Amino acid sequence: MGQTNQGKANPMEYMEGMERIDSDILDKVMAARDSYQPTRYTAQDVKKALQADRRGMEDFAALLSPAAEPYLEDMAREAQRETRKHFGNSVYLFTPIYISNFCENHCVYCGFNCHNRIHRRKLGQEEIEMEMDAIAKTGLEEILILTGESRQQSDVGYIGEACKIARKYFKMVGIEVYPMDTGGYRYLKGCGADYVTVFQETYSPDAYGQLHLKGQKRCFPYRFHAQERALLGGMRGVAFAALLGLSDFRLDAFSTGMHAYFIQRKYPSAEISFSCPRLCPVAGLPEEGASGAAPKWEAMEEVAERGLFQVMCAYRLFMPFAGITISTRERAQFRNHVVGMAATKISAGVSTGVGKHSEKVGGQGDSQFEIADKRNVHEIVAAIKGHGLQPVMNDYVYL
Amino acid sequence: MREDKLVLGGQEFNSRFILGSGKYNVELIQAAVEQAGAEIITLAVRRANSGGEGNILDYLPEGITLLPNTSGARNAEEAVRIARLSRELGCGDFVKVEVMRDFKYLLPDNQETVKATDLLVKEGFVVLPYMYPDLNTARDLQRAGAAAVMPLAAPIGSNKGLATKEFIQILIDEIDLPIIVDAGIGRPSQACEVMEMGAAAVMANTGIATAGDIPTMASAFCKAIEAGREAYLSGLGRVRRAGGEPSSPLTGFLRDEGEKGCL
Repeated sequence: MGQTNQGKANPMEYMEGMERIDSDILDKVMAARDSYQPTRYTAQDVKKALQADRRGMEDFAALLSPAAEPYLEDMAREAQRETRKHFGNSVYLFTPIYISNFCENHCVYCGFNCHNRIHRRKLGQEEIEMEMDAIAKTGLEEILILTGESRQQSDVGYIGEACKIARKYFKMVGIEVYPMDTGGYRYLKGCGADYVTVFQETYSPDAYGQLHLKGQKRCFPYRFHAQERALLGGMRGVAFAALLGLSDFRLDAFSTGMHAYFIQRKYPSAEISFSCPRLCPVAGLPEEGASGAAPKWEAMEEVAERGLFQVMCAYRLFMPFAGITISTRERAQFRNHVVGMAATKISAGVSTGVGKHSEKVGGQGDSQFEIADKRNVHEIVAAIKGHGLQPVMNDYVYL
Repeated sequence: MREDKLVLGGQEFNSRFILGSGKYNVELIQAAVEQAGAEIITLAVRRANSGGEGNILDYLPEGITLLPNTSGARNAEEAVRIARLSRELGCGDFVKVEVMRDFKYLLPDNQETVKATDLLVKEGFVVLPYMYPDLNTARDLQRAGAAAVMPLAAPIGSNKGLATKEFIQILIDEIDLPIIVDAGIGRPSQACEVMEMGAAAVMANTGIATAGDIPTMASAFCKAIEAGREAYLSGLGRVRRAGGEPSSPLTGFLRDEGEKGCL
């Protein structure tokens, strides 16, 4: 570490031209993070949190701590009860569509990063339409539009056109693209997008600086305030995530929860949801030690399935009303079991490459990461029903 | 006993149990409706809005009155738009107004609810507003032309029972509209209790949806609501308060009628 940072911009400082909003949420989340010592919590704290009728920050902290590990079964039971109370047995389906994989950032863990030699591709409008048509034919009614983070290759206008096409085929359109100014979000809202997902990746400023070497993504606070700008731009809902494993996952999950918590308090009508990605192998990155390989960062750790599950249950118990999406990075069995228990939304028929849904689109672009669950919509629907749950394609009305 | 009908928007109903539909398997709706003896079922327009797989509209039994709700609306204007969409979808003229700008508790916004009710009544809807039990708001809703008032017993999905009991009683006593208690009713005994208090009907969803056996729980609610209604109609007997009554009366010092004067 250290060396990769030399001569680079301070990740906590804004770059030229970036919008700054008046918000104290970053300070609040960082203060909460700094005060969190996971090993300080005892079994007693965990039991108290499990039994609590209303859970606060301390309960959330206890549920994420190592002391909660022996109580996973109790957490699962309580999480399931809360999920049922708030969502019944509904499980929402969607699929992501990658329309471009050009990227200006250098994030050492990501398959799309600008130094990674992958096949770059950007879909034209007709191709987007073909892809969306193919997806809509599978029965899905919700779509999440993704791009790599290139403001040149996929500018706001390009994303807006994709949103307009998406509204013809889908009942709900979300976007997971680079953070933008309030005006950008307002424009995309007008084009039909209504939900914004931004992963902070890690809430550790140190790790963040070591991992995001180049590009606008290097600016931590601009990314952090994306959800707030999206809401100010009129978006209905926002999603939060840390990419678990980039840094201490307990601290990162805690920060993610607190980020969502403070946003919810400030914007009570905002719909809140969490994604729970774990670090996962990517295509094209050089082997460690090979020339051009990114140095391994200090705090990186592998998050076990039990750890991921603990995080999901803790999110559910802390914010029982929030949506939780289960990633396609996880294996089918895990996904089958966590929906209805902690998760409320599952992707189906996923490809993380560009132009892979329609057979008509030629010259596809490479994938961002490998997926473990390759089941199509039909198979996911059957699995959900097999668990006594109700697949729901849409629970949304555009206003 | 005389005929006891629930009248909403000029339409008569025998059942006083309004069943929710959005939190359990669509395949179970038919059985739940039958066991509940329900004649009215609520559904979220945002859910019915869907066309494909598992479309809830395809699973609703014939002859049932739909009570579409405007969940998802954050203000009066959005509620009106959802109600219009509901009509376009063929869901009829009944609408349950839900306006919420709090994602955490889903508590209704009374002010916007009054506004939406006012607008929708003018468009010919039979409006049943979901509201926080406030007497002034209930009066405003009545003035706006609501067909009933639907106060919450506790936050949606909480199964906490009659947290707002005293205030619901005030609405029952003061408002000349059917008072339909909605949200928070988690057990048949709680449904029975509000019916004993004089509520016109009970709406329940989560209490049934989270039960182990949904149709059987629907049946249990049905019986509890009927029992509470009968108790209310027959006039509840005197119920002693805790502690009983003192054996030596407090008024023993009073003189008989015939004895006059101060001495």
